Amino acid sequence: MLEVRDLHAYYGKSHILQGVDMHIDAGEVVSLLGRNGVGRSTTVKAIMGEVPPQGSIWFKGADIAGLPSYRIAHLGLGYVPEHRDIFPGLTVRQNLMLGIKDPRRAGKWRLEDMLEMFPNLAARADTAAGVLSGGEKQMLTICRTLMGDPELVMIDEPTEGLAPLIVQQVGDLIAEIARRGVAILLVEQKLSIAMRISHRLYVMGHGRIVFEGTPAELKANAAVRQEWLEV
Amino acid sequence: MNTQLLVQLLINGLVVGTLYGVVAMSFVLIYKASQVVNFAQGELLLIGAWVCWWLLTKYQVPFYLGMPITLVFMFVFGIAIQVVILRPMIGEPIISVIMVTIALSTVFSAMMKWMFGVNLQPFPRVFNTQNVNVLGLQVQTVYLMSLAVSLAMIVGMAWFFRLSKYGLAMRATAFNQQVAQSLGISVKSVFAMAWAISATVSAVAGVVVAVVNGVSAGLSAYGVKVFPAAILGGLDSVGGAVLGGIIIGLLENVAHFVDSEYLHWGNLYEIAPFYALIIILMIKPYGLFGTKDIERV
Repeated sequence: MLEVRDLHAYYGKSHILQGVDMHIDAGEVVSLLGRNGVGRSTTVKAIMGEVPPQGSIWFKGADIAGLPSYRIAHLGLGYVPEHRDIFPGLTVRQNLMLGIKDPRRAGKWRLEDMLEMFPNLAARADTAAGVLSGGEKQMLTICRTLMGDPELVMIDEPTEGLAPLIVQQVGDLIAEIARRGVAILLVEQKLSIAMRISHRLYVMGHGRIVFEGTPAELKANAAVRQEWLEV
Repeated sequence: MNTQLLVQLLINGLVVGTLYGVVAMSFVLIYKASQVVNFAQGELLLIGAWVCWWLLTKYQVPFYLGMPITLVFMFVFGIAIQVVILRPMIGEPIISVIMVTIALSTVFSAMMKWMFGVNLQPFPRVFNTQNVNVLGLQVQTVYLMSLAVSLAMIVGMAWFFRLSKYGLAMRATAFNQQVAQSLGISVKSVFAMAWAISATVSAVAGVVVAVVNGVSAGLSAYGVKVFPAAILGGLDSVGGAVLGGIIIGLLENVAHFVDSEYLHWGNLYEIAPFYALIIILMIKPYGLFGTKDIERV
């Protein structure tokens, strides 16, 4: 479904991505792991067209490298950026409505579903989203992207800075997304959720993929964990 | 105290103020979507008024046809301004874009003078009855029309921003362009739409003023009144802009009353809104409903 070959990206003169190769199949859950600053977020931003990419990026058989991000979004590639960027002045319901791309087509996710799954959001459906807690904002950003009915959703650091109980809820939501057949690229620093739900994992280091394998393979490979993941 | 004059002036203030509010609203629309302060807002009124006048007098098009044609023209014109002139400026500092709107204002006003002359042209009669009786007061029909049209546009705009997909997209773009794009919103078309709607709404206001007062280059002065109205309401609040407009309209007329009855200084009504603006901004620097923009360093 998504095929990335020899992806390079630069911030000014800094060569951030130095030839990333990865692929995600339909319905697959893949995690992209690595320490801070190795280029995980830049990888998804380059795929999404927010950082100019060099290399080839194919999504559902179309070359999307360098397309503006709104066009990529319309092709069915969802993106949940880090920092939980909700629209603070808009209500929870309006935030969700903005995610809808084609109101005529019934997708996998409906507004009522979302509100039913998250009673906290339902209770505040008509209040400004700016007053939500960090965990609620994270749920809202993920739900907002799902409203667009993506076939693959890239989620950047959804659990950063959240309390363990909320991390558990985010993990459950991601598992639910996978259960409904949506492919996921999860960018994470923590191993817990990634190991629990992923079919495959990539580990990044210095702007490249340094390991690819199943959670069991990563568990067995202490060398990779020590060199690239553990602090 | 001359009560009848006061009531008459208050009605006047309300009608004119609502119209200021409508223009301020269309000004805020562009500001909200793109942070651009549009100095050519008054010229958009003027162009709308001239186009409608031209259709009605040159081609004898009836008003009920001339008005919609004008609005369609202004919609396209607004898109054209954005696409041809402002789109290449995306990514440049906002101040440069604002300078471009100042240039647009000068160019448009010169073009209008060149095409239609500098004299006041009376607008063809739109209503057969000049006055209607409202609760014992004689009110000009055009005033009632102005009020009705303004209110309709305010309600329409409120609906647009709260419930329509495009209006929400516009607000989302104002908050965070990158996130909006990642949700499939084209920022370029949001900007174009903001200009199109702003030009159309301004044209409605322009035609209404023209029906009441006739068309002349002076009509673009409404663009200047927009600043106190929009700043008073808070630059990024549509509801605030409307209220700001009404306050300015009322202040002008109350000042006129006080001046003509007691002070006899002359022309107080022109400056009174600006005094009020200064005082209110001293108390509420972000306007009545503006968003506080706090930068922590």
